Amino acid sequence: MTTVIIDYNSGNLRSAEKSFQLMSDELGMGQIKVSSDPEIVSKADRVVLPGVGAFADCKQGLNSISGLYDAIEGHVKTGKPFMGICVGMQMMGTCGHEHGYHKGFDWIKGDVKIMLPNDKNLKIPHMGWNNLNISGNHPIFNNINENDHVYFVHSYHLEVKDNKNLIASVDYGGKITAAVAHENIIGTQFHPEKSQTVGLKVISNFLKWNP
Amino acid sequence: MLKTRIIPCLDVKDGRVVKGVNFIDLIDAGDPVESAKAYDLAGADELCFLDIAATIENRGTMFDVAKRTAEQCFMPLTIGGGVRNPEDVRNLLLAGADKVSFNSAAVANPDIITESANKFGSQCIVVAIDAKTVSPGKWEIFTHGGRKGTGIDAVGFAKLVESKGAGEILLTSMDRDGTRDGYNLALTYAISNAVNIPVIASGGVGNLDHLVDGVKKGGASAVLAASIFHFGDYTIKQAKTHMQNAGVAVRL
Repeated sequence: MTTVIIDYNSGNLRSAEKSFQLMSDELGMGQIKVSSDPEIVSKADRVVLPGVGAFADCKQGLNSISGLYDAIEGHVKTGKPFMGICVGMQMMGTCGHEHGYHKGFDWIKGDVKIMLPNDKNLKIPHMGWNNLNISGNHPIFNNINENDHVYFVHSYHLEVKDNKNLIASVDYGGKITAAVAHENIIGTQFHPEKSQTVGLKVISNFLKWNP
Repeated sequence: MLKTRIIPCLDVKDGRVVKGVNFIDLIDAGDPVESAKAYDLAGADELCFLDIAATIENRGTMFDVAKRTAEQCFMPLTIGGGVRNPEDVRNLLLAGADKVSFNSAAVANPDIITESANKFGSQCIVVAIDAKTVSPGKWEIFTHGGRKGTGIDAVGFAKLVESKGAGEILLTSMDRDGTRDGYNLALTYAISNAVNIPVIASGGVGNLDHLVDGVKKGGASAVLAASIFHFGDYTIKQAKTHMQNAGVAVRL
């Protein structure tokens, strides 16, 4: 079994790699590879698209590596599990509005827009630990309780068109998208790799997930 | 709702955690790798790792120590000290940082903030401001580990770095650093009120009421402390419980 974390010259890669490796070792789920090689991505059992960055730059980073974008799309089309984190999750949407107007993968209908909290004392970025409001019973949240805290750091969020794609939200001067899902893909706005025990559980659930 | 963060800070010099008073007279406070591990287990909300001598010694961040420290963190980690350009940011992210903090380089050339924020996102770019009181209600920026005055007004500079794309400000009062007299609340409030990005209060914590004051009176989004945690005066849990009892929402 191989899980590939995509390297496209952005993202807190080492952070993601070591959290996934820790959980993979615990579960005996094989190797975690950090790669930008489309061939390696095509052969992966699971793909993770991390993200620390701006939407425009991340998109450009993906496009600048020949064949990478197509390899990720190909992986998702085969029905194998995919996880996007932070901007990696935002890119699963239709379109991003950060530094211009940039197309995403369009797997989850909805645009990525700046957050506008209804309380003007709330600062942007939304940075820190917030408690999850989980909707439905997606396996990614197995053994995770409503009101468990996870770590966020973002200024934009994916406004999903269809509520059935929204599997968790948080309150930050309004309802903010925390996690989305559709068939074999899931995305988290929060950083499971930085959310201590709760985050490691999310990663473990993803590695065990067989959609 | 979002919780107030409690952030222990590792000031690192020659591979060891150190703690000084007003940025000088440093004493040893332990091994950074062991400290990081302990703070992660204790439920710290984030960790800050500052290579405090990098700029003075005219070199980049100590990658090896930073990397070994990062390996112990499953909480967000900000690394700073000697960060000069977007390449340094990328290298620190690869070493395991989640956020990277600019100080002297951002004062010398604020455009470096924009360049880095465009590449890695504002959420990843912290600007550390070291400020000293020059007259009541007036604070000046110092760089090079607090050694070099700049004549730049701290409040004006905070607004500038926000407009340049910084995602967070780590605000240290040099007058208070290591004194245990509490945060400079007037400075903290002036900066928190001037910008719409999160401000981390730093410098001067001696007891747990100081943490509460930083949030309630200073308007800070997060509170940083070093000595009280490094030397075992209080645990992270005690700090959080105290803040919760004082009406500040925390992650327990």
